[in-house]
Amino acid sequence: MAAALRCRELTVQGTTPGIETGAGFGPLTRHAPALTIAVLVGPILFGFLGTLLPAFGYLPGLGGMTFTLSHFADLTDVPGIWRSVGLSLVTGLVTTLISLLLLMLFVGGHLGGRLFGLMRRLLAPLLAVPHAATAFGLAFLIAPSGEIVRLVSPWLTGWSRPPDLFIIHDSMGLSMIAGLVVKEIPFLFLVTLAALPQVPHADSMRLGRSLGYGRVASFTYLVWPSLYRQIRLAVLAVLAYATSVVDVALILGPQLPATLPVRLIEWMNDPDLSMRYLASAGAVLQLLTTLAAIMIWLGLERLGGVLVAAFRDRGRRLARDGAARSLGLGGVALAALTIVAGILILAVWSVAGLWQFPDALPSSLTGRSWMRAVPRLVEPLTVTLAVATLSAGLAVLLTLLCLERENETRNSGGTRALMLLYLPLIVPQISFLFGMQYCAILGGLDGSLSGMVIAHLVFVLPYVFLSLSDPWRSYDRRYETIAAGLGMGRMRTVFRIRLPMLSRAILTAFAVGFAVSIGQYLPTVMIGAGRLTTITSEAVALSAGGNRRVIGVYAFLQTILPFLAFAIATALPGLLFRNRRGLRV
Amino acid sequence: MDRATGLRLENISISLEGRELIAVDATIAPGEVLTVMGPSGSGKSTLIACVAGFLDPVFEASGRILSGDTELTSLPAEARHAGILFQDPLLFPHLSVLDNIAIAVPQRISGRNERRDIARAALERVDLAGFGDRDPDTLSGGQKARVALQRVTVSEPRLLLLDEPFSKLDSALRGQVREMVFDHARAARLPVILVTHDGADAEAANGRIIAVGSL
Repeated sequence: MAAALRCRELTVQGTTPGIETGAGFGPLTRHAPALTIAVLVGPILFGFLGTLLPAFGYLPGLGGMTFTLSHFADLTDVPGIWRSVGLSLVTGLVTTLISLLLLMLFVGGHLGGRLFGLMRRLLAPLLAVPHAATAFGLAFLIAPSGEIVRLVSPWLTGWSRPPDLFIIHDSMGLSMIAGLVVKEIPFLFLVTLAALPQVPHADSMRLGRSLGYGRVASFTYLVWPSLYRQIRLAVLAVLAYATSVVDVALILGPQLPATLPVRLIEWMNDPDLSMRYLASAGAVLQLLTTLAAIMIWLGLERLGGVLVAAFRDRGRRLARDGAARSLGLGGVALAALTIVAGILILAVWSVAGLWQFPDALPSSLTGRSWMRAVPRLVEPLTVTLAVATLSAGLAVLLTLLCLERENETRNSGGTRALMLLYLPLIVPQISFLFGMQYCAILGGLDGSLSGMVIAHLVFVLPYVFLSLSDPWRSYDRRYETIAAGLGMGRMRTVFRIRLPMLSRAILTAFAVGFAVSIGQYLPTVMIGAGRLTTITSEAVALSAGGNRRVIGVYAFLQTILPFLAFAIATALPGLLFRNRRGLRV
Repeated sequence: MDRATGLRLENISISLEGRELIAVDATIAPGEVLTVMGPSGSGKSTLIACVAGFLDPVFEASGRILSGDTELTSLPAEARHAGILFQDPLLFPHLSVLDNIAIAVPQRISGRNERRDIARAALERVDLAGFGDRDPDTLSGGQKARVALQRVTVSEPRLLLLDEPFSKLDSALRGQVREMVFDHARAARLPVILVTHDGADAEAANGRIIAVGSL
């Protein structure tokens, strides 16, 4: 007992001395984790409640005071509803499966090789490209009058007019799957890169290959199981996203019938307000659809595990894996190429003058599309920048306070905290954004900047946290020990030593948050209530019109903004700390 | 450095999950070195963390640490004025060489120019005049060690904690830096705790030696 008391004397209240004193951050950091959880979970909880109640007929604003199942009955009577559900389910699962398999073959086949490093440099910036811009770029490439057909016409195909083919908006959702795969591969690749250092991959690969196993086999048997465990939540996020995506589905997806989320948005925007009951019931169905996709995926995980084990237990060397390696490389390279080519073609269309089929390039260039767009661009651009800056800034601030709190308590919250972070990425947006809109209306926040910032923050915060936590946690704490030994208080140490040293990571996290906010479509249209629009919501709205020059302007702009943020994040520390070799990466 | 006081470690005991790692009861006079020797993993560095005020809460510690009449155990880390040198010089990479030292000058000296003058004088003392504007990462290993020592010095520490500070230096440099640090501690009349696994360090320290863990 006496020893325990003494222990307290030595370590001041059982925590790190020098922190729970007047010099520390006190209540600011103490309440940060709770505040962050509230920001993440609060909107989801209230939003889901606001979706669930109208689905069962309770919506006082529209006179719905009694609980009923009739809206679900109506839902099952909607023509083609099960086909829409099936489309969402299948496109989600196929997208995730293709992305993950290609990535696995590529990483397994080229880990540590020269091409791996090349792809790493190429793919990382592509993560910043918003989904909608990627989808537009793909559409401009593969449409019947798109660039690919133009390049091979008429000399190869004999076509002097666009062929009568349903390439985009195909009823099987193939072009939509392609658009999603292209965008999810860079995401999964970056998540994998972040997880790799925690897995002893180099030794395992060397060991496997010295036993005669091929690269892909060594990777799959020895590295993949522990690697997959690390990236699993991100894979589920991809799956949930692909089953419930709206913007990409509007641009590339099937139309008669459309995927479930697209139809929900139509109902939600129907002038007949009573359709909102149906939309809410549909949003609950969407949640169940995504849940079903996750269940099926968990089954596929089992199946994959059994398959891998079967091959491994038979000692299959699979030494001649050239074809598999090429497939992985080809898939990943094609994804990168598609995004880059798509951005280029968007840029060309935005400045195209006369451009007749089947010319591969416009016969003249003009700034007219831009000149005409500018007056209408100013407002959405201002809103876009304001919301992105504010939500990313708030996310960085909350993250820093949480991480500093973690520093004080040496408790990171573990797996539970990680699950919480992924919650907004795994629960389909649409299933709680309907309700969030009601809450926003009740609170007078719909169509307001603050409402939009709050809505974006829910999705920005997880990415900012995930981006910043690794560099923060791997910071060499001895610098702070030294600083304290020099008599520097906690505040001074954080502001003079830790934050400047981590400035690159902090700015990068900000840019990540900024890019995520720019790309948000659904939260923007739901909370913006038509009064506040962003470049992204305007671009997607233009997709129905099919004016490629105007779409080119909006989608290109949408791509440029996150790139600018990343460029600034990279250049600023270099400028502030030029001549500081130790801070270079 | 007129406040030379000794350091008293009174019945210090550090344990992990009930297993005692270190037990020390010692008085270190100004200018004297207490050497703690042991293999890596023996927990000898926890003594330094304990004195500095950075002991991880997973460890249990008891006892009292006194610097003269001041009890350090009840003070937060930044009020203990326990200067530390690690095996890496750990110069702050975002600050110039001069600012690395200037940031350590006690806060009661608040004038920017005054602080920089102190730092400049400190650089001159170790033949690094004119290095102030340099990027710390461009210095040689020996130069970095000298800057690190001056950084601790200008902070006017009560005592000096050395956590294997010479182990990463090559053998030619090691003797030189060791001599510099010990000479400095003696001149400044600082009590020193040295943690090392190198017998030559312990010999050069020329003080009491405590062995930790089974060798």
